[in-house]
Amino acid sequence: MKQLRALTITGGKLVLHGGVVSGAIRCVDGAIAAIGDVSPEDGDEIVDAKGALVAPALVDFGVFAIDKPAFHFGGIARAALMPDRSPPLDRPSAVRFAAQSGKPDLWVHPLAAATVGLEGTHLAELALMRDAGAKAVATGRSWIADSGTMLRLLQYAAMLDLVVVSHAEDGGLTGNAAATAGEMASRLGLPSAPAEAEALAAARDIALAEMSGARLHLRQVTTAAALDLVRAAKARGVAVTAGVTPAHFMLSDLATKDFRTFARLSPPLRCEADRQAVVAAIADGTIDVIASGHDPRGPEDKRLPYADAEPGMAGAETLLPLTLTLVRDGEITLERAFDLLARNPARLLGVAAGELAVGNEADLALVDPERPWIVDSARMEATAGNTPFDRQPVQGRATALWKGGARIED
Amino acid sequence: MGSALMTSPDDTSYAGRYPAGGQAFPHRHLLGIGHLETHEILYLLDEAEQWVKLNRLPQKHSDRLTGLTIINAFFENSTRTLLSFEIAGKRLGADVVNMHAAQSSVKKGETLIDTAVTLNAMRADAIVIRHQSSGAVALIAERVGCPVLNAGDGQHEHPTQALLDALALRHKLAEQGRPSSDGMMNGLVVTICGDVLHSRVARSNILCLHALGARVRVCAPPALMPAGIEAIGAEPFHDFEAALKGTDVIMMLRLQNERMSGQFIPSPREYRHLYGLTLERLKRWAPDAIVMHPGPMNRGVEIDSNVAELAGQSIITDQVEMGVAIRMACLDVLTRRQRGVPGWAEGAWV
Repeated sequence: MKQLRALTITGGKLVLHGGVVSGAIRCVDGAIAAIGDVSPEDGDEIVDAKGALVAPALVDFGVFAIDKPAFHFGGIARAALMPDRSPPLDRPSAVRFAAQSGKPDLWVHPLAAATVGLEGTHLAELALMRDAGAKAVATGRSWIADSGTMLRLLQYAAMLDLVVVSHAEDGGLTGNAAATAGEMASRLGLPSAPAEAEALAAARDIALAEMSGARLHLRQVTTAAALDLVRAAKARGVAVTAGVTPAHFMLSDLATKDFRTFARLSPPLRCEADRQAVVAAIADGTIDVIASGHDPRGPEDKRLPYADAEPGMAGAETLLPLTLTLVRDGEITLERAFDLLARNPARLLGVAAGELAVGNEADLALVDPERPWIVDSARMEATAGNTPFDRQPVQGRATALWKGGARIED
Repeated sequence: MGSALMTSPDDTSYAGRYPAGGQAFPHRHLLGIGHLETHEILYLLDEAEQWVKLNRLPQKHSDRLTGLTIINAFFENSTRTLLSFEIAGKRLGADVVNMHAAQSSVKKGETLIDTAVTLNAMRADAIVIRHQSSGAVALIAERVGCPVLNAGDGQHEHPTQALLDALALRHKLAEQGRPSSDGMMNGLVVTICGDVLHSRVARSNILCLHALGARVRVCAPPALMPAGIEAIGAEPFHDFEAALKGTDVIMMLRLQNERMSGQFIPSPREYRHLYGLTLERLKRWAPDAIVMHPGPMNRGVEIDSNVAELAGQSIITDQVEMGVAIRMACLDVLTRRQRGVPGWAEGAWV
């Protein structure tokens, strides 16, 4: 999708990295040409934002499906695709294909499988996959158990200047667990693992990253203990970043009551104290990225006994409104919300997007942060409606979306 | 609702303990003890008394469920629970069909939901389900139009086991001259020992005994103790002898063989060394305690034969007897709506 005419959006509140300012933005040839006190030029297409937010389109870091309608509903123009495909993204050809799969109106940034078959033993062809379009390397849904393999992976990725995205859960502790050990899991009689499985894995990965000088991104950090480790590592100057999905700052394991499989996630929902720790870590900057973890799953995967159901939720549509609850609660500013949703993930991927800055790709969203709507799992854009937020009223919607200066029509 | 009609022809001395008519047990299904109010537990126990009496007569038959079809759908192997439900249904005059799903099309990849829909299409009047996954019985219950009784789902609940244990205990206490006028077990100290982590029997019993006012102790090595058990109403112990001290009732759990081979427990004899209920241990630490076991027993591992058969203290065979009566009571109560029993036909499900 190519931008045919220059575009000027007037009358909006521009969400910049440093703050929200009133003004206009002009985009030419797919890139942002001017910001602030700019006027449309002759021949420009002019859009009046009518006071809405003009924000960077979201960059969703770590999704499991290419689900364009859901991403567009959620104001997402770029998505970093996890390598957990069938077959996994462990070959340059698979990466190249995935990188093209959303164009022109959704850019998919494949995350290369760190190891062949995501089995955690043999390093995959990372340099070839980088040159085929992989923007980072990921261990997938599970961690790499062998510390020697993980160290060599980090050293190699550091040489290639690729971020390593790790799933921080110690597999020996988690086993076949479907829940976090605690009262709820014990009441439901679910196989469970202690929450410390996350801190154990995070501690090892951080130590190896520090040793190798690699950039490490822990895609989901959901417990107080692991967040403390990330906080301390950042203070030491380790190149570690952390992400989370809205489920882990909105919900505790109480949401799994009555065996609700839509709340079966990986990592599993935690106790209330950990949920609050996640909110605090978003507020204090320990968490850098909020992503949807979008993983639509139909009844064949979800309408099963809890432990037999697949983990994951359809999250693309609710990513923005649930993050905006943190703004309304006074935990973060509006501009920080978009740092978490767009700027920081774009920087991890090394793409010139995610921020309203001259020269960046004109990936823009008009956002009405107050617009109320009700999540309805039966009527979602996603290919499946497996959301634990069904029937929940939320606020905030993307009302228009541009990819590279070209308007994406519904 | 407010109908004061009799709940059953055998209503006797228990009237007044619970709401009138169908409000005494306003549940469509019996999925777990965790869903029940204390008076609802008492109601099922009291209802079972008439069946205890009947079962001791030479002619053990009632026509109450004549014409009804009950399907026992067991997705996991079982001998005694299946037999107990089958006898219960037959003694009430129902047509009872057993489905051994462990060997059925379920193995061929049919989903649980498809199986539920199939069972429903057979127009059963009640379905009794055992399944190896926690929550599976509730999942099926959502898809069928008749009452569902949980005969054990994974590591979650086994409600009729807890009810039969409470009934057996009630009878034993009465026999010992310690009857309770209100049906409660206030202050009674009950120790449940064994693989609490993987035990649905333990969960249902903790909830049931706690609701009835008993003080519940659970005893297991750390690897077999669930997290947060205190919040469910039990006091955790690792030292068996400390747990036994002051205990009125000892409930031993079966330890699965596969858990005794190094993953959880080093060996059966090591387990017996720490947690086996031997006669010496019983006599020393809880000489008068009532001994229970849900069966089947690993004799010589968690319980010795001379304890299991200890006259005057072991009520293990009474538990089996009470199982039939409890299941008769549950089948009767849960089918009252479709049988049009006065006072039970209207009102909302909980």
